[in-house]
Amino acid sequence: MKPINILTSTAVPLPFPNVDTDQIIPKQFLKRIERTGYGEFLFFDWRYDLDTPDHVEERKDFVLNKPEYKGAEILIAEKNFGCGSSREHAAWALHQYGFLAVIAPSFADIFFSNAGKNGMILVRLSEADVQTLMERSTANPAHKITINLEAQTVVDDQGFSSTFEVDPFRKYCLLNGLDDIGLTLRHESELDAFESKHNEEFWSAPKAS
Amino acid sequence: MSAIESTPKTLFEKVWQQHLVAEPAGEPSIFYIDLHLVHEVTSPQAFDGLRLAGRKLRRPDRTLATVDHNVPTTSAQDRLVIADQISAKQVNALRKNCAEFGIEFFDVQDASQGIVHMIGPELGATKPGMTIVCGDSHTSTHGAFGALAFGIGTSEVEHVMATQTLPQSKPKTFRITVDGELPFGVAAKDIILDIIGRIGTDGATGYVVEYAGSAIRALSMEGRMTICNMSIEAGARAGMIAPDETTFAYLKGRRFCPQGAAWDEAVAHWRTLPSHADAKFDRELHVDAAALAPSVTWGTSPGMTTTINATVPTLADAKTEADRKSFERAYEYMALKPGMPIEEIKIDTVFLGSCTNGRIEDLRAAASVVKGHHVAAKMRALVVPGSQAVKRQAESEGLDAIFKTAGFEWREPGCSMCLGMNPDILQPGERCASTSNRNFEGRQGRGGRTHLVSPEMAAVAAITGHFTDIRKWKLNDSKEAK
Repeated sequence: MKPINILTSTAVPLPFPNVDTDQIIPKQFLKRIERTGYGEFLFFDWRYDLDTPDHVEERKDFVLNKPEYKGAEILIAEKNFGCGSSREHAAWALHQYGFLAVIAPSFADIFFSNAGKNGMILVRLSEADVQTLMERSTANPAHKITINLEAQTVVDDQGFSSTFEVDPFRKYCLLNGLDDIGLTLRHESELDAFESKHNEEFWSAPKAS
Repeated sequence: MSAIESTPKTLFEKVWQQHLVAEPAGEPSIFYIDLHLVHEVTSPQAFDGLRLAGRKLRRPDRTLATVDHNVPTTSAQDRLVIADQISAKQVNALRKNCAEFGIEFFDVQDASQGIVHMIGPELGATKPGMTIVCGDSHTSTHGAFGALAFGIGTSEVEHVMATQTLPQSKPKTFRITVDGELPFGVAAKDIILDIIGRIGTDGATGYVVEYAGSAIRALSMEGRMTICNMSIEAGARAGMIAPDETTFAYLKGRRFCPQGAAWDEAVAHWRTLPSHADAKFDRELHVDAAALAPSVTWGTSPGMTTTINATVPTLADAKTEADRKSFERAYEYMALKPGMPIEEIKIDTVFLGSCTNGRIEDLRAAASVVKGHHVAAKMRALVVPGSQAVKRQAESEGLDAIFKTAGFEWREPGCSMCLGMNPDILQPGERCASTSNRNFEGRQGRGGRTHLVSPEMAAVAAITGHFTDIRKWKLNDSKEAK
């Protein structure tokens, strides 16, 4: 995981609530066994024309296909972004497309966790603040937003300024590019001790012993 | 005993506390996982991660695997040689990974194969007080047994493989009490759809829900699983139901359950798990079971739910600006007009199955409706048992013959049209009465339109060709039979 701290970029506005992970990456791309190569399939059903036989015609009206929004590293969404399926492919697709941060009023739990584990910053702002940024990026695709993870601030080039909450441990991992497994294994002796008595106490074996 | 220790605890808090390995300051707790269920879609990248880092699978004995999401359901032969090369590659990858890491694997034609959330309970691998995870959001199903069970992403799958733990922050608790007697024709599915309709698809985000009350206690394990299964559709981290005699009776004698004196000791432990009468929850909701009616979703989110005798909501029913926008999109995608009676919505496809409603009781309920009838003209109706065990049981009861005589296709077990990763998909514009759990745009196939209903409601719609009030239909049907 790459460390991330300060991000300044234009932003793509996606003004729909409850965007589910089936929309972010449809099922047919979940058959792959690789961890990369999902970016081209991001928002596939919205991004490509349904009527063309090979589904490769870009829909001109979808925001990701507008040339003025190419290269944006921030996505602005509405409430409950990432609901539904636990597929981490959704986080992979967003990240591999080039999004390093999503700003929304709220996120679904599993998506939130998945995105964090892939080095993305998820920023929760109030509905009003999200609306302000959404309107500015809609009106002006060159509108630039700066997210500062260390300072937990969001500012833009038109005087917007706000702060956001972030779990201190998640922040530490993002800032340092740390993956969780290594951190957990620092507790291996406690884990060994726990396992030696856990079953007998709580009948928690998955199989009969 | 200190004041903290004597605080009355909820079911969730007890299970949570019994699984804390370490509580490092300023960091999430290290939380122990008793059972890790693995399937073909969300695991290959995790196995690769282990190999790349040179890590072992810590507890193969706490890991079980099966194939469900992209296996064909048409015939045994089609499953053994999967035509879709990408699906075949993914299934093969799991086969090889299980062999390499020493995981018990239920392959396509194994007697215990099935949707991963079906087979845990069927094998008795799912038990009260356990912690269970799987790279699948419907892992919440297992909470019906009083287990704490939740879906995880692939990075977490790898984490559990390597450490048998997850870093976790403690969620909040939310009790939903459903009291009263369920009316005739109203099923467990209708309870959970009603709850999601009330609180919304993010209504329980950040919470573990405990379902309580007389209507929940009266449900079979199958009904309880249906309810816990869809907890994620309300955004909940997990859903749980306190274990009781119904739970113990279901589990006794199953393959992975203790026997003899060990069984008695396990039951004695499980009896200590239910929430204390004075336990405090962060949030409460009460639902009157007697006031419920058969539910039908009309839109593109499980929260867009109404009842069979109602009409498609109008923009005046949208509570917020965001709802308004969602309603407008949903009318267009679903090709429905606001104010249209639900009973006038015509369907061309019926899907009976999934980890929500693919159990024996669901098939019995649907079969009792279709017996002696035939599906409507041009109706495509599929019955996909959730597991090999359900399929065998249904066949031994003659349910397959009832369905086939009525014009249904009788399939092999898997996730099938719930998410259409296998060849069972809707074509653009097709409209399905589905017993599954998600009505998202394109969920059952690009351009397909999904309405979520109970098994009986799906069955009656297959016969009449449009949504039909199962309560009225059953009354008429029983009169005609006389």
